[in-house]
Amino acid sequence: MGQITLQGVQKSFGPVHIIKGADLDIADGSFVVFVGPSGCGKTTLLRLIAGLEDVTGGAILIDGRNVVDVPPAKRGLSMVFQSYALYPHMSVRGNIAFGLKMAGIAKDEINRKVEAAAATLNLTPYLDRKPRELSGGQRQRVAIGRAIVREPKAFLFDEPLSNLDAALRVQMRLEVTRLQKQLATTAIYVTHDQVEAMTMADKIVVLNAGKIEQYGSPLELYEKPANLFVAGFIGSPKMNFVTGEPAKQQGAATVGVRPEHLKVERNGQGGWPGTVSVAEHLGSDTFLYVDAGPLGMLTARYVGELGLSPGDKVSLIPDPARIHRFDDSGKSIHA
Amino acid sequence: MARMVTTQRKVISTVAAWLVGFLIFFPILWMVLASFKTELEAFAIPPSFLFFHWTTENYVTVQERSDYFHHALNSIIIAGGSTLIAMLIAIPAAWSMAFSPTKRTKDILLWMLSTKMMPPVGVMVPIYLIYRNFGLLDTRTGLVLILCLGNLPIVVWMLFTYFKEIPKDILEAARMDGATIGRELVYVLTPMAVPGLASTMLLNLILAWNEAFWTLNLSTLEAAPLTVFIASYSSPEGLFWAKLSAASTLAIAPILVLGWFSQRQLVRGLTFGAVK
Repeated sequence: MGQITLQGVQKSFGPVHIIKGADLDIADGSFVVFVGPSGCGKTTLLRLIAGLEDVTGGAILIDGRNVVDVPPAKRGLSMVFQSYALYPHMSVRGNIAFGLKMAGIAKDEINRKVEAAAATLNLTPYLDRKPRELSGGQRQRVAIGRAIVREPKAFLFDEPLSNLDAALRVQMRLEVTRLQKQLATTAIYVTHDQVEAMTMADKIVVLNAGKIEQYGSPLELYEKPANLFVAGFIGSPKMNFVTGEPAKQQGAATVGVRPEHLKVERNGQGGWPGTVSVAEHLGSDTFLYVDAGPLGMLTARYVGELGLSPGDKVSLIPDPARIHRFDDSGKSIHA
Repeated sequence: MARMVTTQRKVISTVAAWLVGFLIFFPILWMVLASFKTELEAFAIPPSFLFFHWTTENYVTVQERSDYFHHALNSIIIAGGSTLIAMLIAIPAAWSMAFSPTKRTKDILLWMLSTKMMPPVGVMVPIYLIYRNFGLLDTRTGLVLILCLGNLPIVVWMLFTYFKEIPKDILEAARMDGATIGRELVYVLTPMAVPGLASTMLLNLILAWNEAFWTLNLSTLEAAPLTVFIASYSSPEGLFWAKLSAASTLAIAPILVLGWFSQRQLVRGLTFGAVK
């Protein structure tokens, strides 16, 4: 079991409030991603759950038990660090076995478990190597092996893939997701990469300046962002925001339209007219950065190739069903 | 753009390096050579380099006149003892400063280092009087104490730098893995810190072995280490170059051998953290 509940969790470093009261319910076996810009407090929140930092206020419940005064070792969680944090003087075997050894488990039992974990992660040929003799991806797998071998209540991942190159990151992303589903263990994963968040999560927590902005499934966040911040943070390229006359017509202070929901009409009439400033041709997609005069710069995404070049006049027509409306305070207006 | 390293360049830099090395080593070589000369040849002008009458009589005289092994034993006890005590005090101090620093940690470190900026002779009289009143003059305990205190700032400072280099993540990982503070120390921190501890210990040993000011001023015979043994050959009756050289050679031999065998450790220790 690994059900984690946060109740009004706060953290301050001196006069600086890092976490301003977080409430959260994480169901057993789910994959939850904390995402937000750097400095939003997502890593701090993870470290509070781990017990590596003490809370200033509130409660953290693991399977119904308040653990705020329980040391990290006794919380039954395991953590994968951004820097991997492998023990440099121990072999891969020693690294994976360390937690079990500390728990006082019998030697052959440890060996059996370590070998099983190594087999799952394709690390068997490297068991007797030292961390410095491994590649980045292999080190990452050792760090994951160290986490899974203890059969914890939950895994905590602190930006584990950010030190890997792009191709390896995609591959490891799949492996981590697959492994988590296979083990059916609760996982909390911190990242600043919204693509990672969207692809891996069952549920996403969007954090900003120490506050939870929204908690929901990736598609909920995409389709019904709670406010301007979430709307702008989730989705790539970013959502377009328009204020002024077009917003007023919709009865909102700001309206938002995602680039993929803007229809591009060459020399078209109606909609929002503008001039192409940059066109990015990816083959599969075309990204247009359009100077729409008083509306500012707008981004449009066209699936497939669109033969436009800078200077061309276009008209952008928003899909009426996909217009997001926000009030003065930035909150979403739902019809 | 990478610079071309030509053979000519290599030859020149190799020769230059050897030259500098020889220059630095020369006084020691000269001392060793002089120790095998007669007193007369030792200060002959022009000096003879290799072609002189080789003799070991200086060593015999030195051993007859004073007990080398007595002083050597004192040196070992004083240098070793002060190093061990300094390490025992400095490890927890540096540990806490590196892993749970407070607002004042930096100031404390600087303050400790600042004590090394004062010339020891400035506190000569008070220390001497304290030692006299407590009966510490010419005792090994007294010398262990003063050398330990004298080197402590450097030891703390060095260990602090080493401990700082150990990533905090790894200690946190150990904590997540269920290690108690004690086990974290034994299984994770100590093995990672061994190179740093070793080179700090070595450097401190050398510093203590060579320390001359306090050892000369606070001991006469009973507790006198090798520094006093050397100094006794520069006497009011005149300088005995050959015997002085023989005594010096004997005095530096143990530490030279130790340094030779641990030079890799020592170099690593001194350049630690300089290159990533």
